[in-house]
Amino acid sequence: MREIAQELLSEGKVDVIVGYGQGTLPLRTTPCFINKAEDVPKLVWNASCDANLSRYLVGREDKVGVVAKGCDARAILVCTVEKQILRENVVIIGVPCPGVIDKKKVEAKLDGKEALDAIIEDEEIKVKGEEFEYVLPIEDFTCDSCLTCRHRNPPIYDVLVGEKAPEAPDADEFAEVSSLESRSAEERWAHFEEELSKCIRCYACRNVCPLCYCKECFVDQTMPAWFGKTNRLSDTMIYHIVRAFHVAGRCVDCGACSRACPMDINLRQLVKKTEKIVRERFNYEAGISLEEVPPLGEFKMQDAQEFIR
Amino acid sequence: MKTVEMERNPKILAFLCNWCSYAGADLAGIGRMQYPPNIRVVRVPCSGRVNPYFIIKALQRGWDGVLVSGCHPGDCHYISGNLVARRRFAVLKDLLEYLGIEPGRVNFSWVSAAEGEKFANVVNDVVDKVKALGPAERLVKV
Repeated sequence: MREIAQELLSEGKVDVIVGYGQGTLPLRTTPCFINKAEDVPKLVWNASCDANLSRYLVGREDKVGVVAKGCDARAILVCTVEKQILRENVVIIGVPCPGVIDKKKVEAKLDGKEALDAIIEDEEIKVKGEEFEYVLPIEDFTCDSCLTCRHRNPPIYDVLVGEKAPEAPDADEFAEVSSLESRSAEERWAHFEEELSKCIRCYACRNVCPLCYCKECFVDQTMPAWFGKTNRLSDTMIYHIVRAFHVAGRCVDCGACSRACPMDINLRQLVKKTEKIVRERFNYEAGISLEEVPPLGEFKMQDAQEFIR
Repeated sequence: MKTVEMERNPKILAFLCNWCSYAGADLAGIGRMQYPPNIRVVRVPCSGRVNPYFIIKALQRGWDGVLVSGCHPGDCHYISGNLVARRRFAVLKDLLEYLGIEPGRVNFSWVSAAEGEKFANVVNDVVDKVKALGPAERLVKV
């Protein structure tokens, strides 16, 4: 990857490379912007590179080289379809990705103890702290959305780093949604009330989402003030419902919202449902093709309307 | 007290498109057809004007039910407003039901300007459904 970045920068094909740099805490990487070829060694790539970097492309006018996993490339594709990113301004450095680590799972394992150092090897994470050392199999600490990911290789890229990763096993990506669906409406409501009552309205999920690029989000609008900004359950739930609705047919299930949530809300089971609705109703999957029109931007005369009298 | 009264008289917010359903409601009135007085009408230029926010906001404000009604597919004054809206409503309805909002709270219908009788029937049905559900509690900001 460093070689490719070096080449792109020194040949002047891009003005900046957006990649991952080593973070200051164990198992953390940070978005890293490289302007000069000599800074390229700062780039890193490992299973803790979880940020969705397509977030940093929207609104840029220079030529950008971007490191993109399968889901990142799909998010870039969606933004390109929505005319937020100019395809010719972006050089996608695709990286096949076997899945990223969910730091919350590691933290849960540590049970309050502080990790001081972590080394990621092929299949294992070695976490060290004061008076303890764990060797954890990566498989058990992989992000939920990665476990059922069907697009480990970027669907579009300009350069691919390394070999294509084998695609995920046939795990059912909607398993969690289906199990909720099989419960009664009362149970579901109670479940979501409980889950979303944890929300502190920090908007981390919105800020980290590669598709929440609106200049002014509906919850920030004050003229008119559509929705309450309080912590009350009604306001919180509406925020999450409308956010889920806004990413319907666009969400690429990168899992960034769930990972970013400081209160550990399972946001995936909400947005994944919109993905399922769109898949079932309109047979559309986001982030696969540059030509297909997004499902909520078009219509067919014969669309199902069993719910309309 | 309030609950007893609400059970008898649910409040239903109806978004009617100017070109078909509003005229349909008018025709129902001119034809002296009977339907319950529980709906409050908001006239919109097209069912495509109905932002899903409106529906959610109505539920938050404590309306017991919402009805959105527009022209039949193919009859839209703006050619395709109702067809685009249909996709949006489909996603919204599925999503709200997944969350656990009762299916009867949010209703959609196509009523043309000539269907006064259908309008009266739709309102009758919606009122019956919402009465059976009782006063809205979920999503209501108290």
